Amino acid sequence: MNKKVTIIVATLCGLIIFSTTWAAVIHEEKSLYRNIEVKESVNRRCLVFAIKKGDRNQTCMDLTDPQKVVFPYARMTFAGLLLNPQPSSILVIGLGGGTIPTVLATLYPDSQIDVVEIDLAVVDVARKYFAYSESERSRVYVQDARVFIKRAGLRGVTYDLVILDAFTGDYIPEHLMTAEFIEETARLLSPNGVLVANTFSTSALYDHESVTYNKVFPEFINFKMPNTGNRVIIATIKPLPSHRTMQERAMKLTDILTTYSIDIRSFLPYLKRTKDWRQDVRPLTDQYSPANLLRNN
Amino acid sequence: MQFRTRPRFRCEKPIISQNEIGRWRASCILPQSHLQSWHSLSLIETSMREPYNVSINPLVYCLAFISGFIIMSVELLGGRILSPYFGNSIYVWGSVITVFMVSLSIGYLVGGKLSLYQVSLRRYGLFFIIAATALLPTIMLGEKILDAVFLRVEDPRYGSLLASTLIFLVPTALLGMIAPYSVRLLVENTNHSGHVAGRLYFVSTLGSALGTLGTSFYFVLYFEVNQILTTMVVILLSAGIVSIAAHQVARSE
Repeated sequence: MNKKVTIIVATLCGLIIFSTTWAAVIHEEKSLYRNIEVKESVNRRCLVFAIKKGDRNQTCMDLTDPQKVVFPYARMTFAGLLLNPQPSSILVIGLGGGTIPTVLATLYPDSQIDVVEIDLAVVDVARKYFAYSESERSRVYVQDARVFIKRAGLRGVTYDLVILDAFTGDYIPEHLMTAEFIEETARLLSPNGVLVANTFSTSALYDHESVTYNKVFPEFINFKMPNTGNRVIIATIKPLPSHRTMQERAMKLTDILTTYSIDIRSFLPYLKRTKDWRQDVRPLTDQYSPANLLRNN
Repeated sequence: MQFRTRPRFRCEKPIISQNEIGRWRASCILPQSHLQSWHSLSLIETSMREPYNVSINPLVYCLAFISGFIIMSVELLGGRILSPYFGNSIYVWGSVITVFMVSLSIGYLVGGKLSLYQVSLRRYGLFFIIAATALLPTIMLGEKILDAVFLRVEDPRYGSLLASTLIFLVPTALLGMIAPYSVRLLVENTNHSGHVAGRLYFVSTLGSALGTLGTSFYFVLYFEVNQILTTMVVILLSAGIVSIAAHQVARSE
């Protein structure tokens, strides 16, 4: 008897959990690089790079408020605007569902935005399911980021804001983590340019990556928020602005960013400049870049 | 010390060919008709293995293992070397694997042809030394070659194909020559040729497997790409020297 009750209760609990987290797969495809799924629950639609061991949401869209930036790390990326509030040319590496370029395009309608995404299937999904659209001013290049950045450097193109967001969480493109790559990217920055890199905050990779960035940028902002697994590195060609300057800029940006659920003022206390990583580890280079192995160490 | 009398000519007409998965195969055909015999005879005259007074087989297997190990280690590093210029996409790996397969097939052909002439551990050792030398430009000029190709070829598919051809064709072809030549050193009579080839195949492919595993799991975690390549050069040079020394020591008067 007791056993029966337990089974019934357990089944009910299971059903409740299932119904709240259940999400219908509305699109599924195997691309050249990964398995892509688009899942939809009651009020969310997410782009998922499906891997057997725990799926990774890449981008989510709130269906009741499509302008809302759902992921904390995507919101954190906008802290880069505190270092240059008026970027007129922007490069975004990694499209995902297109949240970041879409928000930037509405924030800065006169800016030129180039997006680089390696996977054509991701571009198609972003267009179809996440309302990503290109325009004269916003173009997407289906290319390996390293190749794009090298070629852009040869052409002498510069950007006021470069956002590196190419890390899916499960596999890290190792050639996009090396000091040489960061140097090539830094060469694309205009005199007022800002580099924003969404990177890792845990494992041995945190130390290695910090040391690598430090090799190229003697000083940068190390931005971590409590309860997120992300760390955003913000670096500039010029010396970093004072905290006061950033505070003033945050005030001016607050209103406009609130539309996208980004509370930029809440970022200020976490924009640290201290080096809280081990300094004695090897920087990652084109010769030495076992990023995926270091992640498990 | 073991003293054996061996038939002076073991394989009148070795045939070196590639099987469907791109590995070498060696076989022998005995002269069958009188019509053919003059031709076979001319081969007999040239296809002569230096007689040795000790069994050289363990050494040959060991060296074949090393060459298998190094081929795959270099191949894996190939992807690493190209990725800063052409990315990490599937076509970059496609280029590397294509070039390695083509180079190996050329190497098998040439190595097989060379096994028709005077065959000795000294020549065998020379292959290793030349292959080691051919790997040096990969280490020293690799970046310059990549820069030059990157500037001239826009499409990363053909860029990576051209770059890997320039960087890996010669050293890999030289390493490929080792396999069929090893067969000639090992085969004592035609009946055993398949057995010998199978065993050699086993040893060198096992070497390739370990080269792949060691490089991708461990070497890249501790060493730089050029450090690994330099080590490979040193190993190849040592292997060559050992082989030449063994030739001097084991040669029967």
